[in-house]
Amino acid sequence: MSGPTRDPKGATISFCFDGKTYKARAGDTLAAALLANGVGLVGRSFKYHRPRGIMTAGIEEPNALVTVGDGGRAEPNTRATDVFVYDGLIARSQNRWPNLSFDVGAVFSLAAPMLGAGFYYKTFFGSAKRWMFYEYFIRKAAGLGNAPTKADPDRFSQRAAFCDVLIVGAGPAGLQAALEQAEAGKRVILVEQDSILGASLIRDPQELDTAWAEGAAARIRAAGGRILTRTTASGYWEHDLVTLTQRLAEPGEVPSSGVAQRLWHVRAGQVILATGSIERPIAFAHNDRPGVMLSQAARTYVRRFGVLPGKRVVIATNNDDAYKTAQALQDAGAEIVAILDARPQFSVAAAGAESAGLPVWTNAIPSSVSGARHCLTGVTAIVDGQTKSWKADLIAVSGGFTPVVHLHMQAGGTLDWNDAAQAFVPAASRQNVTTIGGAANPDPVFPVTPVSNPKKSFIDFQNDVSLADVDLAWAEGYRSVEHLKRYTTLGMATDQGKLSNMAALGRLAEKQGVSIPEAGLTTFRPPYTPVSMGLIAGAGAKNAGAHVRRLALYDVHAAKNPIWQPLGYWFRPRAYPQGQETLAQAALREAQEVRTGVGMTDVSTLAKFEVSGPDAATFLELICATTVGKLAVGRGRYTFMLREDGIAFDDGTVWRLDENRYLLTSSTGGADRMATHISYVRQYLCPQLKVSAVNVQEHYAGIAVAGPKAKPVMDALIKADAPRHMSTVPAEIAGVPVIVLAASYSGERAFEVYVEASHAASVWAACEAEVTAQDGCLYGLEAMEFLRIEKGHLVVGGEVDGRMTPMDLALDKMLNKAGGYIGATGLSRPALAEPGRRQLVGLEAISGDIPEGAMLITHKGASPEGHVSAAAFRILEGGSVALGQLKDGFSRHGEELIASSPTRGQEARVRVVHPHFYDTAGERYRD
Amino acid sequence: MMQITCPHCGPRAQSEFIYERTVDSVVPLDAAPEQAMATLFARTNPRGVDEEIWRHTYGCRAWLIMTRHRVTNEISATRAVGPEALP
Repeated sequence: MSGPTRDPKGATISFCFDGKTYKARAGDTLAAALLANGVGLVGRSFKYHRPRGIMTAGIEEPNALVTVGDGGRAEPNTRATDVFVYDGLIARSQNRWPNLSFDVGAVFSLAAPMLGAGFYYKTFFGSAKRWMFYEYFIRKAAGLGNAPTKADPDRFSQRAAFCDVLIVGAGPAGLQAALEQAEAGKRVILVEQDSILGASLIRDPQELDTAWAEGAAARIRAAGGRILTRTTASGYWEHDLVTLTQRLAEPGEVPSSGVAQRLWHVRAGQVILATGSIERPIAFAHNDRPGVMLSQAARTYVRRFGVLPGKRVVIATNNDDAYKTAQALQDAGAEIVAILDARPQFSVAAAGAESAGLPVWTNAIPSSVSGARHCLTGVTAIVDGQTKSWKADLIAVSGGFTPVVHLHMQAGGTLDWNDAAQAFVPAASRQNVTTIGGAANPDPVFPVTPVSNPKKSFIDFQNDVSLADVDLAWAEGYRSVEHLKRYTTLGMATDQGKLSNMAALGRLAEKQGVSIPEAGLTTFRPPYTPVSMGLIAGAGAKNAGAHVRRLALYDVHAAKNPIWQPLGYWFRPRAYPQGQETLAQAALREAQEVRTGVGMTDVSTLAKFEVSGPDAATFLELICATTVGKLAVGRGRYTFMLREDGIAFDDGTVWRLDENRYLLTSSTGGADRMATHISYVRQYLCPQLKVSAVNVQEHYAGIAVAGPKAKPVMDALIKADAPRHMSTVPAEIAGVPVIVLAASYSGERAFEVYVEASHAASVWAACEAEVTAQDGCLYGLEAMEFLRIEKGHLVVGGEVDGRMTPMDLALDKMLNKAGGYIGATGLSRPALAEPGRRQLVGLEAISGDIPEGAMLITHKGASPEGHVSAAAFRILEGGSVALGQLKDGFSRHGEELIASSPTRGQEARVRVVHPHFYDTAGERYRD
Repeated sequence: MMQITCPHCGPRAQSEFIYERTVDSVVPLDAAPEQAMATLFARTNPRGVDEEIWRHTYGCRAWLIMTRHRVTNEISATRAVGPEALP
């Protein structure tokens, strides 16, 4: 047998708790070190601010929650039992003010009779105003640790792994299984949440001990197995995927590799759960005090850490395991003042203890403990119906064992009731998972019915739920375990009811007069223990998650220091201010230049598809709701696309470059959706078509040149007569082959030049030289928006908002009369032709500037009948104009309305007009 | 996270795929209006096996049909669609 793992040579490292420095030994948990230093009071409870100590020695700890670390590394609600002390560790208690010993919030304890189950529901039901008033105080009073306000300086990494067998838990069963599987040639991963292997062997070394565990581990590694310690299997997902959370540094510790934690995604051929069990407390009055500890935890502190948690000890049990604790504590020098065994008869272990001189009482159940803030002073029990009391500073309790079935249940497994153990054990699972060891075969126990005053008999320590709360919920009609959970908040704290669920079920079953399995059980969901948000985000936590793509012409723009605007995956210049110009001033100057001279802009981000093959026209007439096949080579047209239900979802242009080769453009923001749609039609809907549809969005960079002087600019650039409106020619600019399309979004004579992205800079330079020679300028997205609004052109995401049909947008005259396009059938729905639909309108301000996003109302207090989708100004004459959607808008031209934006506090009186404010006849496109 | 067998690439994590729609929600190009509306707006949503269309977006980008039990997530078959899968 090996001794305690605690280094016996004395204090070696120091740590700080609530500003005071203490000594610890390597291998100590924070809980062990605090106990060794005589610190009994560690935290305050969530609701009543009751003093709390250390109850367990594991991850199930409900009471000893502290904040560990400083600044961005601070981890609130860390279980003191689940952090290993390192030199310089800083821990702070939580939920107390001004300090742990004197906590003003403890007055809530006096108010406890009022704060029972459903307090908030009852008190704040019905009156929102009262809630608004109380909320501030409640939010301040409730809760545990505070989230850190600084960014975490450490990295969190993620890793994927595959194995034949994943074994969770390195106790005797898990180690044995891992050893067998590894030596049988299987790829094995064994995970253990503790820092050392052995689990129960650490506190109960018998024929197998921690030395055996180390030997087994060496053999597993030699056989190629991987062993991960300080690693928790936190979630069991579909198809035998298990997520592991690995701590490479303790909470708050500076990680040596820079990586604080690692998230593993392990796809396993088979999963073996050797997760053991968690000891249950017993319900009695004030069972949440410092000095009340689980029996196995007390044994762990003595045998593993060499820390004696009490000198005068009462043991309360309903099983044989606690007798080992009596032995361990007595061996370490404690006095066992009473062993309270709930069972009516002496078991072999009880008889053995009695003959060894220990004071064993059968048919004995604790009813209450007394004590001060920091410690326990006495225990009272009902023994054979008589009340008896003892002076004691520790009560070690064992109410039986709850198998850790969380992962089994997360895997979709069902549970069986084991009556001898009074516990749920794993049954069938639809995944490839088996459970072995203590989790499958818990020790037999005797069912205990609490004999105490239910008011102070806690079952959920973290959320301050007592037996009385369960009784109250029952009295108020909450019968289902699911309702009980939500009404009392039982099992909903950060420990997810690891200690409390069975006690609550027992009480509920008692009330219902049924057995526990009939009362039901709530579902365990991931994660098994709390997981840091940073770990889930992984590398994405540090800005790496957002995809930012670079324009081919990024450097060209950046040299001009524009105002940038995010658009799709890109940043595009919003305006190119000169001198002290504001955004609005620059945009207006740029737009005026386009209206009166010439401007150029980067349109590279537009979605672009090259469609070719004998069936290219057929394919495009499915995608586009307009005709396409009638286009002559070298011609193009405006087009739009519909969903299957007839609603417009994107628009663009289509160009016949060659007999069987087309170029389709559509919106930047809808590019991914359009690519998916095209791929769907190509691959799924019409695989028989002889067509190729290639996404060339980033293959080509695009440059638009617009304005009354655009034609001479383009003539000079391509050294030929530039194509007429809606025509296209292949050409060369600066020796680079380009496609020139004559199309206009601005409302002026305009061209788009498409060039292979790697040659974009030289073509841009040539264009810029020619535009500058004509006294033109660059323009950005803001000016483009001004121009298109004034012209009444649509934008996807603005006017085309996923609710409008071609009729609503006044595009129905362009629909392909032969039908056959996607959405044609959907568009024939009678409801889409009924009155009352919102329709595209123009809005002209009578007074005030029209606020974008404003609702359109007939008078104050009326229901909105539409909204403003885009607002701008007349570029040359001035005056606020906008595009909007208005109920039955086509028949309301001339009507006066109010455009009101209460959120911006802006309002304007507007007149409904035709949505084309500029060049309605379209004469400016032509030469 | 499920493990999906792409007909072209083999078993891959679900994170490489995107779910698109169920097979029975596809409106045939020659559907009559009533049939199209029923397909679009009245889905079967079975508690059991269904045929679904997925796409191996972050892999080979191909579309596929997957037969999946919607309670147990058991995937009994995946098959390729598209020009390559034509008879």
